[in-house]
Amino acid sequence: MSERFQPLNQQLSSILDKMVADIQSRLQAQGIDDAVMIGIRTGGVWVAEALHQRMSLPEPLGHLNISFYRDDFSKIGLHPQVEPSALPFAVDDRHIVLVDDVLHTGRTIRAALNELFDYGRPASVLLAVLVDRPGRELPVQADVIGQFLELDSSEYVQVSGPPDTPICVSLKTT
Amino acid sequence: MNSIQFDERGRLKHFISIEGLSRELLTKILDVAESFIEVKDRKVKKVPLLRGKSIINLFFEPSTRTRTTFEMAAKGLSADVLNFNISASSTSKGESLTDMLHNLEAMYCDMFVVRHAASGAAHFIAQNVSHHVHVVNAGDGCHEHPTQAMLDVLTIRQYKGDFAPLKVAIVGDILHSRVARSLIYALNTLGTEEVRIIAPRTLLPLNAQDMGVSVYENLRDGLQDVDVVVMLRLQRERMQSALLPNEHEFFQFYGLNEDVLAEAKPDVIVMHPGPINRGVEIASSVADGEQSVILRQVSNGIAVRMAVMAMTLGAAI
Repeated sequence: MSERFQPLNQQLSSILDKMVADIQSRLQAQGIDDAVMIGIRTGGVWVAEALHQRMSLPEPLGHLNISFYRDDFSKIGLHPQVEPSALPFAVDDRHIVLVDDVLHTGRTIRAALNELFDYGRPASVLLAVLVDRPGRELPVQADVIGQFLELDSSEYVQVSGPPDTPICVSLKTT
Repeated sequence: MNSIQFDERGRLKHFISIEGLSRELLTKILDVAESFIEVKDRKVKKVPLLRGKSIINLFFEPSTRTRTTFEMAAKGLSADVLNFNISASSTSKGESLTDMLHNLEAMYCDMFVVRHAASGAAHFIAQNVSHHVHVVNAGDGCHEHPTQAMLDVLTIRQYKGDFAPLKVAIVGDILHSRVARSLIYALNTLGTEEVRIIAPRTLLPLNAQDMGVSVYENLRDGLQDVDVVVMLRLQRERMQSALLPNEHEFFQFYGLNEDVLAEAKPDVIVMHPGPINRGVEIASSVADGEQSVILRQVSNGIAVRMAVMAMTLGAAI
């Protein structure tokens, strides 16, 4: 279990570099030169920061907290994580690179898109994720993927980052 | 104390009083409220959290501002809001309160926001509603006004950060003030260094010494070195005896003007739950001055009420 995972953490830097190259080639292919980046709290923000830094994007990174757009409020109530969303730019007519750490069921991305559209109407949204794992429950796909991981239902990926540690990825079991 | 506020799994179900709530829970409410603040700056000024829920404002006492902020908070969560006009309702036709509640419940509502002239009313209502209905106290008699206290401490936290080193003075009609009572509980629970109440003897509660506050009858002395001043409105509608000679005299001895405010710390903030009576408890120059955060309190009121509604209608903690 951990052997196939080790490469991800050791190669994290080159995986992030490759993601940057993929994002840039996609944006270039569509003639986009003024994209902005948004990371989904919390894990997606660390990944986004790493990408944002490598790409030297002129505008600051946006942070999206999707707690109020989740679809499980009537089952589990208010999600404990409550750092507010903070978008330092207007969303109307912008090309957005949306970043998350793990794409699994697709529900987080659904919530993120709904929230994004309450801020305004983006010109386009490109989805970049560090880890793509099987188990989709909604028709959501990533445009840029760092690494595909075949995980079973008891395993999950946890991303940690600054200020406590530099960005790193670990595999956990429930 | 007031364990009716929690369900069988220890989650916040009703929001009736600050008394009985832990420091962790109060802090959590403030944190959740902070994340609702920016919602009102968006293009679409709401989140879908309570979409499809029905919230009924049951205001037995007149109020435009509190009812309006509760309505804006509910709408900010995408809930449907109904304002129940009590004087035109069937209670004036002799219907009992419990019958009215059961009738309203049969219309599939999820929450009552209640303001009533009788202390304990919200508690009574919470005891008599069906299991799935939540109650938020918008002020019951002279007892508590918990959402006001929460928006007050949120405002204090925004300007001052930590509660531990603060001296907070509450001035005015303490006796009749449910705002004061809730605020005193909140400040003490959050670990404030010193809470002072400043009022003429006739407007001090008899058990003032047991409230965990320092008591002052002289405004100038009481304001020495304070970080926060909270001015209360004279609750004329609740006064049943001649407790004051006249309002002019009240303003002379207990009104906040720039001169007496100078006794406090230079970075003191001035608060008031509103509506303000200019020239009675507060001078215009102070109410409109740089140290006044009165308007910030109003904005915070919406965020705090959104937090309370979201946390009670969903599982909290």
